[in-house]
Formats: sequence, C-alpha cells, structure tokens
Amino acid sequence: MQKSTGQKAAIPFWRDERILNILGQAAFIIGLVIIGSFIFQNMRAGLAKQGITLSYNFLQGISGFDISETLFTYSRTSSYWQAFQVGLLNTLSVSIVGVIASTIFGVILGVARLSTNFLINRLAAFYLELIRNLSLLVFLIFWYLGVFLKLPRVGDAVIWPGSIYLTNRGVGVPWGLPTDSYPTFRLILIIGLVLAIGVFFALRAYSKRTGQAPLTILWASLTFAVVALLGWFVLPEAPLRFDAPVIEGLNMTGGKVLSPEFMALTSGLVLYTSAFIGEVVRSGILSVSKGQVEASRALGFNGFQTLRLIVFPQALRVIIPPLTSQYLNLIKNSSLAIAVGYPDLFYISNAIQNQSGRTVEMFSLVMITYLIFSLVTSLFMNWYNQRIKLVER
Amino acid sequence: MGKTLWIVSFLLGASLVLAACGGGTAPESTSNGETITVVETVVVEVPAESAVSVPAGFGVTLETVRARGNLICGVNSQVPGFGYVGADGGYSGFDVDYCRALAAAIFGDASKVEFRPVTAAERFTALQSGEIDILSRNTTWSLVRDTELGGNFTATTFYDGQGMMVPTESGITTLQDLAGGTVCVQTGTTTELNLADVMASLGIDYTPAVFEDADSTFAAYAEGRCDAVTTDKSGLISRRTVLTDPSAHVILDVTMSKEPLGPMVRHGDDQWFDIAQWTVFAMIAAEEFGITSANVDSVRSSATNPEVMRLLGLEGEMGLKLGLNNDWGYNIIKLVGNYEEVYNRNLGPDTPTYIPRGYNSLYTEGGLLYAPPVR
Repeated sequence: MQKSTGQKAAIPFWRDERILNILGQAAFIIGLVIIGSFIFQNMRAGLAKQGITLSYNFLQGISGFDISETLFTYSRTSSYWQAFQVGLLNTLSVSIVGVIASTIFGVILGVARLSTNFLINRLAAFYLELIRNLSLLVFLIFWYLGVFLKLPRVGDAVIWPGSIYLTNRGVGVPWGLPTDSYPTFRLILIIGLVLAIGVFFALRAYSKRTGQAPLTILWASLTFAVVALLGWFVLPEAPLRFDAPVIEGLNMTGGKVLSPEFMALTSGLVLYTSAFIGEVVRSGILSVSKGQVEASRALGFNGFQTLRLIVFPQALRVIIPPLTSQYLNLIKNSSLAIAVGYPDLFYISNAIQNQSGRTVEMFSLVMITYLIFSLVTSLFMNWYNQRIKLVER
Repeated sequence: MGKTLWIVSFLLGASLVLAACGGGTAPESTSNGETITVVETVVVEVPAESAVSVPAGFGVTLETVRARGNLICGVNSQVPGFGYVGADGGYSGFDVDYCRALAAAIFGDASKVEFRPVTAAERFTALQSGEIDILSRNTTWSLVRDTELGGNFTATTFYDGQGMMVPTESGITTLQDLAGGTVCVQTGTTTELNLADVMASLGIDYTPAVFEDADSTFAAYAEGRCDAVTTDKSGLISRRTVLTDPSAHVILDVTMSKEPLGPMVRHGDDQWFDIAQWTVFAMIAAEEFGITSANVDSVRSSATNPEVMRLLGLEGEMGLKLGLNNDWGYNIIKLVGNYEEVYNRNLGPDTPTYIPRGYNSLYTEGGLLYAPPVR
C-alpha cells in the first residue's frame, strides 16, 4: 500500500514543493548568517587594525569614578562590573516604582475619564490629552530643571508637615531606622503575611463554594495590617525609630533624601506612562458591552459591585496586552535618565564605555540586559493574561 | 516526513554557519597578509560606508580627506574660547583654530573644514569609527586613551590643570570646606576620575552629581544643585563668562591634576599622526621665530635663517615629506597664524575668556612650549 502510493507520487525532489519551500528557507537563513558574520568580521578586523580586541575581562578593572546614588557600598576602587550592577539596580528600582505608581494613577485616570461628573471627566480628559502629546524627554527635563531644581536652596528649605523637606538638593522624608526589637518585628510581619495569604485562599475557597464575592484582597490586607500593628505595640520597644531629615552644613542628613534626579525621572515617567495606561483602562472598560452593566443593575448590583464583579474582570482581558507594552515602554524609557543625570543602567554603562573605551562590549551588555528585563516582564504578563482570559470550551 | 526534513535542513544550515565562522576567524590568527584579504572582502560588502570601513593604514586618512575635499574635525561646541558656536552659528575657539590650521596645511584653505560637535562621552567612539578625522576638543592626554581607546595624542597644545569653582557667597575656600557637599562634574572625563582620586586621598566625603555634557553640568550648578563644579581651569574660566553673574563665582586656588590638552588621531596611520603633530609644531616654531600672519610674506621674501626657510617651504622638501605641499607651513601661518596669535585671538587679554599664558608660553619665556627642529 505504502509502496504503491510512493511509486505513484514519485515526484523528483527538485519539483517537490515541500522540499523546495524548505530549501528556500534554509537558503535564506544561510544567507542571513553569512551577511551577519561578514559584518561581525568587518567590525573585528576594523577594531584589530586599531589594536583593539573584543573581551569582557576589562569588567574586572577598577572603575575610578564615584556614583551619586548606589543601593550598595560602592567606591572609586570598585570594579566596572560593580558599577554596572549599581546601574542595574537603579534601573530596576525606578522601573518597579514606576510600574506600580503608574498603574495606580492610570486606573484612577481611566475611571475618572469615564466619570459622569462633568468636572472630573473634563479634567481627566484635559490631562490625558496634554501629557500624551508631549515628548517624554522634554517632559523629563521640565521636571528636572523646571520643578525639582527650582525648589529653594538647602538654607531656606520648605518644610511640609511630617518633616518633609523640599530643597533643590532633593526631597527629604522621615525614614525608619531599625532598633533592637526590629528582628522580632520582622518575624511578626512574616507571620502576618502568612496569615494574610491564608485568609486570601480561605475567602477564595468560600467564594467558590457559596458563590458569594467577598472583598478578598481587602480582608487579606486588613489581616496583615492588624497583625503588624499589634506587633508594633506589643513589643517593649518600637521596632523602627523615625529619623527626620535635618539640614546640616551643605546638605541634608538623616531621614531619606530622594535626589532631584530620581524624583524628576520617576515623576516624569509615572505621569507620562499613567496617561497612556489611563487610555488603555478606558478602552478596556468601554469594551464591556453596555448590556452587561444594565443586566447587573437589573440584578440589583450597586455601582461599585458592577465595576468590581462585572466590568473589571471582563475589561482586564482587553487591558492586559496593551498594558504590557506600556510597562515595557516605561522600563525602556527609563534609559532617558541620562538626560537628568540619574545613574541608571544606560548612564553608567555609557560612563564605563567611555572610561574604558569598550564601546562594543558595553553596548552589547546593555542591550542584552534591557532585552532580559523586557522579556521577563512580558513573560510574566503573558502568564497573567493566560490565566484571566476567557475560558472557551 | 516534514519534521525530518526540517531537522535535516536545520543541521545543514547549522553546519554552514559553523563553516562560515571557522572560515571567517581563521585569518585572524594567521599572518597580516591574510587579515587584509578579509578586510578587502568586507569593503565590497558594505560600500555605503566606504569612508568609515576603509582600513586606516599609512596615508589612508590624508587620501580620504583629500578625496572628500574637506577635513572633518571633532570639536567642542560648549566651551567659549576653546570650541564654541557663536550667535552667528560659526565655530570659534582655540581648538577650532587648530582644525583650521590643519586644513590650511592640507588644502591651503583654512575654510575647508567641517566642524562636528562631539560630547565628551562620544568623542573617542567618533574618532575610532572614522566619523571624524581628528579630535581637537580639549582632550586630556592619558595612558589609557593613548592605548586602549585606540588613539594617539599628537602634541600638547594647552597645559591645564583641574580646578574647582564655587559661588562666592558660599564662603568655601578649600577642598576641605566641601565636606558633605555635592560636586557637579561631567561624565566620561578625566575630571570625573581625578575628582574621585583627590577626594579619596584627602578623605573628603562628598556626593558627585554627574551630567552628560558641559551645558547640563553648568546649568545644574547655576541652579544650585551642587556646592561646586569641577573641570579644567581653562574650562571653568571660559564657562564662568556665560553664567548669569560671572562675578558671583570664584575659582578656588587649588590645582587638582595635570591636564595636558591636545589633538588626538586614530591608531594606524602614522603619516596622519605626523601631519597633525607638525601642524602644532609649525605654529609654535613660528612664534619662536616671530613670524605672524601679518609679516609672513615679508619674512618669506627676505628670509635667510635656514630653519625659517625650511618652515616656509623655501628650502628643502619638508612639506613633501609629510605628504603635503611644500608651502604647508606658510599656509598655516598666513591663514591662521602662529601659536601666540591663535592664543590671543581666543584666550588673550582682550577676550572675555582671558587666561594668562602661564605654562603655555615658549620655553624661552619660562613656559613649556618647545618645538622640535624643522629639518
């Protein structure tokens, strides 16, 4: 049987469309690789002519420069690789703060834009249209030179209630310093977290069993807050001592001083990205057909319940994919830090490549790092999207 | 069936990839002759970038510059007196005039030069990649730059030292007064490294605020972001003139480092290096002999000193040895001037960016300028 069909359909391979297709693709790939290797060889040969060879060993060398903001101890005797890590962590912290804050602002904006209250609606619309049509670089420089550096000098700092110092050297906020009882408190916090997660799953199980929809997240966070507060007051000594910033000499000391560069970058990125997220949220909410809202009203749901139980779960399916690309934009846009002097990944890599002369190596490293950031973010968001999307049978 | 075919074609492709890589890397490890073969192939592959990808061998840069019809000079555009774009959009400054002198030496026309502003951070890449023919941008001569950055410093045109500028009202007079303070500095400079060195050796705790270019560094300083700003003293003097109130800022009486500034060329073209270097020496020699753009014609017609005659192309074939015309020295002096003229035009007592000559005087006057003999 097999043999006979084989004989009948004995097409020579040079006329077999399937083979030809594959051969064509293979030829394309080979061509691509040849061109790529020619370009790479060209670069190597060009660099070799100038006595430069590609190598990443220079990362072990001493950097020789100081960095203004570091999350771990770094000095001029640290290596280039450590300098790179400083930049990496700074980019990560800006990205994480940025993603969280712009999501919160964005959702508020999106909902406000759909509000039936004329004033709220118009204000949100004005804000969205204004911000979305600005250039981010211009916006960042405005925040830096126009806002944070225009704050009063250290000598005549504006002090807001709660010991918040506003100066052009940064914004000083009170910060908790751990005391002796802090390790115990940390243990209590972990217990609180475990309890909160327990409450979360218990309520979810309850909801599945009865069809009720309790405010799962609210109750879980309340549990955590109650445990934390109890721990705070039960301990003989408060676990954190609040340290307010003070002006001393040329600068602020104590508390936590957020540099103008960090403030300008995060506020610029957050306000800019939240405008786009606001539009994403609005489009998501509008994508839920009006019938759904009317039906839920007819069933006796109030406004909040309608939003929480009917509209948002359905809107989320539309929101998540474009939201992912906004997150990616924010992470990638954080490289504009160089314009306001915040030592992020790109900024420090630039300094390294310039002091060491290793342009190709540093740029390849930077590109790979941003690629990894973006891929991890979109992997997570895709996983989440998979989880919440409509289950079709 | 389909799957098998895919695997086969993939393996085929992969083996070809390996073959291509192997073939490509082989010449790297063998003699120079074979390396050149690879390079030639590449030039054919990327014809659009011929100016960039032509290997920089002996004489190639001059050939490229001549074929292009002008010199591309990487300069600063933000430091008055050294390299600055004026209100009319034209470039002026000490480093800029050096580019004009080089163009005069090559073309006999000081205007055949295209100025390309480069930041401190991108200047070496621009030079390495061939985007500029020469870097004349108050760049400090250092070992790493001479070796790892793939460049060669030709000669020191300006002896400088790093200084520190503070607002007068701050009352700061020494580096120790800056303890706990913030210092504005530009990224990718030797200044940035010296600052870290000096502060560490003095044990002074400080915070750097680092910026991308001179404009943003001094803008942040002017806004009071920092207690002090540091760069080469010449840079401080020149940038002070463009602050809102120059008299409200004082340059501390400390010199934090040696900063010999000069033009830089790429590795690999010794002829070009010689031309760039001797253009500097010709200007210094002209000052030694008292030849200026004003009297060069009369000196030329009545010259008797053999060295002057060689410099002006009346005796010997000095220009031809450099690959230039024999009147190269005459053109530099006639069209741009000697060292003193260029200095006074940009940094002299009549300019807002006045810097006393100090080390930048002839060796006969207690300075460091000394030109080797033209012979």
